[in-house]
Amino acid sequence: MSTMSSGQQASAVGTLRRGFQLSPELVEGVKVTLLLGAVSTIGRIVVPVAVQQTIDRGLNASGGPDTGVVWQMVVVATVAIAVTAACAAVMNVRLFTSSERGLATLRIKAFRHVHDLPVLTQNTERRGALVSRVTSDVDQVSLFLQFGGIISVVSIGQIAIATVVMAIYSWQLTIVVWLCFSPLFLSLRYFQSRMTVAYANVRRLVGEMLSAISEPVVGAAVVRAHAIEGRTQSRIDAAIDRHRDAMTKAQGLVAVTFSMGGLAAGLANAGVIVVGVLLGVDGQITMGKVLAFAFLVTLFVGPVQMGTQVLTDAQNAIASWRRVIGILDTPADVVDPGDDGVGLPRGPVGVEFDGVSYAYPGGPLVLRDVSLRVAPRARIAVVGETGSGKTTFAKLLTRLMDPTHGRVLIDGHDLRDIGFSSLRQRVVMVPQDGYLFDATLRENIAYGRPGAGTGEIAEAAVELGLGDWLAGLPAGLETPVGQRGESLSSGERQLVALVRAYLADPDLLVLDEATSAVDPAIEVRINRALERLLAGRTAVAIAHRLSTAEAADEVLVFDDGRLVQRGRHRDLVRAEGVYSRLHASWAAQQGSD
Amino acid sequence: MANRTPDAAGPSAADADRLASPGDRPAGRATLRRGFAVLGVAIREQPLIFVVSTLGSLLFGALTVADAWVLGWATNKVIVPSFDARQAKTVLLVAVVALFVAVAMLRAVGIVGRRLGAGIMQYRMQATYRRRVTRQYLRLPLSWHHRHPTGQLLSNANADVEAAWAPIAPLPMAVGVIAMLVVAVAAMATADLVLTIVGLLVFPAVFAVNLAYQRLQSPLVTRAQALRAEVSEVAHESFDGALVVKTLGREEEETIRFARKANELRDANIAVGRIRGLFDPVVEALPSLGVLVVLLAGVHRLQAGQTDEGAVVQVAYLFTIVSFPIRAFGWLLGEFPRSVVGWDRVNHVLQATGQTTYGSHTLEGVTGPARLQLESLWFSYDRQPVLQDLSFTVDPGRTVAVVGSTAAGKTTLMTLLTRLVDPDQGRVLLDGVDLRVLAPGVLAGSVALVPQQTFLFDDSVRDNVTLGFDHDDQEIWAALEVAQAADFVRRLPEGLDSLLGERGASLSGGQRQRLALARALVRRPRLLIMDDATSAVDPEVEARILTALRAATASGSCTVLVVAHRLATIALADEVLYLEQGRIADRGPHDALVTRSSGYRDLVTAYARENERRAAGRAGARDLADEEDVVV
Repeated sequence: MSTMSSGQQASAVGTLRRGFQLSPELVEGVKVTLLLGAVSTIGRIVVPVAVQQTIDRGLNASGGPDTGVVWQMVVVATVAIAVTAACAAVMNVRLFTSSERGLATLRIKAFRHVHDLPVLTQNTERRGALVSRVTSDVDQVSLFLQFGGIISVVSIGQIAIATVVMAIYSWQLTIVVWLCFSPLFLSLRYFQSRMTVAYANVRRLVGEMLSAISEPVVGAAVVRAHAIEGRTQSRIDAAIDRHRDAMTKAQGLVAVTFSMGGLAAGLANAGVIVVGVLLGVDGQITMGKVLAFAFLVTLFVGPVQMGTQVLTDAQNAIASWRRVIGILDTPADVVDPGDDGVGLPRGPVGVEFDGVSYAYPGGPLVLRDVSLRVAPRARIAVVGETGSGKTTFAKLLTRLMDPTHGRVLIDGHDLRDIGFSSLRQRVVMVPQDGYLFDATLRENIAYGRPGAGTGEIAEAAVELGLGDWLAGLPAGLETPVGQRGESLSSGERQLVALVRAYLADPDLLVLDEATSAVDPAIEVRINRALERLLAGRTAVAIAHRLSTAEAADEVLVFDDGRLVQRGRHRDLVRAEGVYSRLHASWAAQQGSD
Repeated sequence: MANRTPDAAGPSAADADRLASPGDRPAGRATLRRGFAVLGVAIREQPLIFVVSTLGSLLFGALTVADAWVLGWATNKVIVPSFDARQAKTVLLVAVVALFVAVAMLRAVGIVGRRLGAGIMQYRMQATYRRRVTRQYLRLPLSWHHRHPTGQLLSNANADVEAAWAPIAPLPMAVGVIAMLVVAVAAMATADLVLTIVGLLVFPAVFAVNLAYQRLQSPLVTRAQALRAEVSEVAHESFDGALVVKTLGREEEETIRFARKANELRDANIAVGRIRGLFDPVVEALPSLGVLVVLLAGVHRLQAGQTDEGAVVQVAYLFTIVSFPIRAFGWLLGEFPRSVVGWDRVNHVLQATGQTTYGSHTLEGVTGPARLQLESLWFSYDRQPVLQDLSFTVDPGRTVAVVGSTAAGKTTLMTLLTRLVDPDQGRVLLDGVDLRVLAPGVLAGSVALVPQQTFLFDDSVRDNVTLGFDHDDQEIWAALEVAQAADFVRRLPEGLDSLLGERGASLSGGQRQRLALARALVRRPRLLIMDDATSAVDPEVEARILTALRAATASGSCTVLVVAHRLATIALADEVLYLEQGRIADRGPHDALVTRSSGYRDLVTAYARENERRAAGRAGARDLADEEDVVV
């Protein structure tokens, strides 16, 4: 089984770079946003200065309080406050807009890519974890981008400005401040790497928690039928608790890291005074400068604290971002050649398997060196025991998977070279589990051919001999089918899937046990209808019910991943081999022949 | 979207009643009040950790003031004298370092207490409510589950719980700064009461801005949170139906469907962000404006001789200190709209009624195969009758086949027998006891269902068979043998301990069905119900399963009810129950039904007749298109 990349190996910078590359909206107009940020940052400094000036020059004016100056300064300060607020507001709105746009793009790209991942077609469990990657993981990134991203940039700017101003006052004391903060800056890397691990853990556990929660939701019937509510709950509780503990652990790291900033600030204050006094005693610095410096340090400490805070928040976001990017960086198992692909004209399809083998990743071969040709318009039945490779054969034929060795060709073209738009139109498979979407019957059938009218849909059903069934439904084609189609019986779901595929009008129809849950009378009627309707097309049916094989032009018999027999039913049934044995069991069950 | 279903309006706990106010939702005041009420719940449930984090916050605040005090002290007692004397006293320098470091360390303790405390409180509340929500998922009946998309329920347990408790993070800070606020205002008042009152006009302004914010934000956040769930729904459904999406080549259309929702969410989030983006700077600007008003009023009072300069300067400076608590409160209140919406959505689940009620009957002392009785059972789905007036008895140890055409109501009947749903009318009796008066778990202890559709857990083969109950390996292997699953399980890399699921083996549909069968058999049920449980198994293996099953139940150790289409399965049965459109059309031994019921005969002999028809066709007849009279 191929595991999905968690992207943990990527560095933070690498992740950010890739993230911005995937969501170009994030950096669009970022210069203006940064400019606005700079203006509002300056504004935050101007306002206290203006207040200071008002007091010094207005209230404490040498000739007594000067109302005129106060009014002037108040007007100036009001304008500064208004400009600051306006810039901050516009910056915020721009940030929200660009980050939401960028993340919607990322969400959609990731969603699209999930559909190309093998995990979806090879497994049915754990969809919850996949959902978390396009929902909650993306949400985490947005929180950071909106509140942290700009602050980190502004903070770094402020630290730089504060350093320059401090250096103008006294380079020696500036060095003292930096020395006091250097343990923090150095240990930040250490804490950051620990937080990276901690938050990667948190995000993984969110996925597992959602998986655990989805089990009793999707498997509600099983849980109830076996009365395993207690056990299921304890599994969920364990997942919830693991997530809680991981969050607490990460938060502990955040709290400790953040408090380190306060410690460094205390050290810096003490250092400035001690060194300042020592330098002053030597006559190298004036008292005024030392006192001014003591205040300058606060200009340095503030953004450092802010920056530390943002850096810690960033770890959670980056861990989430990595998971989303991890999806996009997991190679698709089956790649659409897209515009480079061959487009095939419509018409009956001929199939060739050329030395085809297949093994699931890390598993043994489930199909071994299969070579065969199917002529256009042929009606083929594929039989074999469970696990003989029948379904693998169907999945390779419809390019749900690519062979490990060998080639699958239709009309002489390797499937890998045919554009999906052409391939999916010409080759359609009806899987055993006819999954339906939570919509009406009509919408589900029209899924096979978007834009199909109600008349066409009803006609297709009637042609397949399902008119009576349709008429018997409470709201006919407008009947809602419920989640996963669960308002219908599984036999009915298969009927819908069949009409859906028939409406799609393929040139090669692959049926994988497509009627296993319908009753014999309907199955016989459908098979007869299909025989008539599919005339001129190629059809491959995988079947347990050997009535299908009896009607086929040719039967392919699989055993342990190999094609062991092929021929007409009436010949195979007489020959010694797998088929005659399978048929004997089937016949015994039918109590006929 | 089936978000608001009738059962949400059911009776609610007093607590929840107070918190829920569907009528005045849009009003900002209501959101504020309810936001505080939600926080009140958190404080009541986690009082200790709340106190710890608030103390941490107070400590932090006090030591921030202390820091300024130390700086003042150092200036007056160390810097000035040292420069004056051109000589530094080592003791004093050491004292400076000691004081700063001590204050910084204590403040660090405050920070850790506040942040970690707030974190622990928040994560505990999240975990508690996730537990409650998922308990509810386990308690609520299947009909409720059918009305609520999986993606939505996942969102309720995740994003909505998170939203509800988001204000806990800034809570200790907000509470801690109240102290700062009180001290600052008291100091202002002693300096100049009139100026203080003028300055405090900022508070009604802040309050008004907050109200407007809550009022504007509430509907937007409600929409964003609902869309969050819808995005989750589409993603979940689309991944669930991936095989269909792929086989029909509909990835692009699915992406468009998802993109539509994702973009709606994007726009909703941008709308929320626009309000938030305006709110934050305004809340930040108001205290600054307050300072200016104080200065203006101050200069006029000075000229009127009503105050002195020192007092004006003091009030102005204190006011700049006040701006921080106001901002911290703004952060808290800013989370309220989302919190209240999240709380409502979580409560929609918590207050949903209709959970299955149980009795206390334990069937104690009842052993051996079960007796099953149905008394005039009626069941309808969406007001369409599915089962009508069903009455029958299955004697202990008997095997009964339930036969009927597609959608005749067979599966519905099986779900009634296992109490996945309750009948509209009538009763199901197990050993004479109504299923509804059985204690929890008793029914499952006696009856095992093998459903048509297999659900496997993301767990080992062993746990998927035992489901956590106590069965030793011998029992597990015995069940796997009967289900014809032992061979392929043995071939798995780690046998019983092989993992299924994302990181585990991929099994075929037939193999999955056989595990589900073993899961039922290992429990040695007194009543075994198989709902077309071997549809994906090939005939040879099915024949082996049936033979093994017959041997296992031959001793009459178990009553069996089996939904079947194939004659071989029907041949297992002592008796056939033939359903037609939700009614019992006939019952009796197979041979008798074949002769007297034409519907039954058409159904079960369809393959045989088709074979004959084909044989005839091959022999010369050419009427391929001949439409036969198959009754459905």
